[in-house]
Amino acid sequence: MKRRHYLLLAVVVVLTLVILNLSPRTATQFKLAIGSLFLPLFGLAGSGQQVAEKAGNAVVPRKDLLKQIEQLRRENAELKVQLPRLAELERQNAHLSAQVGFKQSSRLNIKLARIIARDPANWWRNVQIDLGKRDGLRVDLPVRTAEGLVGRVSEVSETRARVVLLGDPTCPVSATVRDALNNVVDQGVIKSPAAVLDESFVELNFLRNATAVKPGQLVVTSDEGGLFPKGIRIGEIVDVRPVDFGLVHVARVKLAVRMNALDDVWVMMP
Amino acid sequence: MSALNTLFILALAFVAVFVESSFGGLRRLIGVQVDLLPALMVYASLSSGLVTVSLLAVCGGLWFDALSANRLGVSIVPLLVIGFTIQQFRHLILRQETYTHLVLGFAASGFAPLLALAIILSYGGEPILGWGTLWQWFAMTVLGGLLVPVYFQLFNQVYRVLGYERVVESTYRSDREIARGRG
Repeated sequence: MKRRHYLLLAVVVVLTLVILNLSPRTATQFKLAIGSLFLPLFGLAGSGQQVAEKAGNAVVPRKDLLKQIEQLRRENAELKVQLPRLAELERQNAHLSAQVGFKQSSRLNIKLARIIARDPANWWRNVQIDLGKRDGLRVDLPVRTAEGLVGRVSEVSETRARVVLLGDPTCPVSATVRDALNNVVDQGVIKSPAAVLDESFVELNFLRNATAVKPGQLVVTSDEGGLFPKGIRIGEIVDVRPVDFGLVHVARVKLAVRMNALDDVWVMMP
Repeated sequence: MSALNTLFILALAFVAVFVESSFGGLRRLIGVQVDLLPALMVYASLSSGLVTVSLLAVCGGLWFDALSANRLGVSIVPLLVIGFTIQQFRHLILRQETYTHLVLGFAASGFAPLLALAIILSYGGEPILGWGTLWQWFAMTVLGGLLVPVYFQLFNQVYRVLGYERVVESTYRSDREIARGRG
């Protein structure tokens, strides 16, 4: 190689070493800045998806649409009937809570976000959403769908944010196992996936009372970790097995949310 | 043409990273997202100079890591090693042979994730690893390797469209024809 080539190689190596050893904060800012170069392409992909959806909607038969409208009308009527009753219950609850001095939980404040990208590497589980600082997002906010917990916000830029999914080692969740009567059976921590290839299973570690944990029992968040509100559905117990010569038990949990088919998520705002 | 070639390679790298993060059909199907950059680096190192290889390693690596939870800079190293190694032995490689493209593609696509993982682990990262990782590595190696001939075909097509058409010359010239007989 020519001398000029060695010089170029040296420059690139030094540059790489400098980049690799940036402080986490600086590296995150660089990442967000570089990642924003992809925003036009993400926007284009989103628009393309919308156009495809609209085109798909245009060819839905009128008969199916009328059927859906009828079904929605019926559901709407049922919900209208239930609404006054729920309002009354809420009022009673607030009244009784005030009498016993119980702290009221704040109203659920959520923001809908669309998944715009997934981690291109196979060894991480995270996605990017189309909400950022300008929408009020900040690090560590819980993310969920109607089915259950998805993960937490890990990085936030002005217009987008990264969400670490359940099962990624950087997203540990303190969880409670509940039986059919909603009694607490055991507690543990979810911090690893049950399989590399299947995103729908995670492992619930550090079970204390493993003999009481049975397949089919519900797993929900506990408020011990401090990040996630109590009671968000995580999934169901599939099986329990002893590890480390029976000293500890680990349960396999089937997640309520289909992680590989996520399109929209809700960010739980403070 | 060299600058244009570099530009095309970088543009393709940018689109490749975007495609990897935005389209997860293969990931849903076989549980693996194929890395498109090592194969592109093989093409770049066989067809371009060291500047292109360096630019692809740095830009491609940074773009990839920006959309990933990787430590920033992790993906530069494997691309750089692949690119510079092939550049070093370029004069010994049969560059036009599809067989060569495949072998280099398999080697590069298999080596890149291993080195990236080694760097992540050495910096204390906790990537998701298990028996399934072996399948992911195998699929990345095979599918990534198969991409090198595809890149060659793609770029050949592009240059055929954009380049000047080659003039086909014959040794026969009608104006030099010796006319025999009475004329």
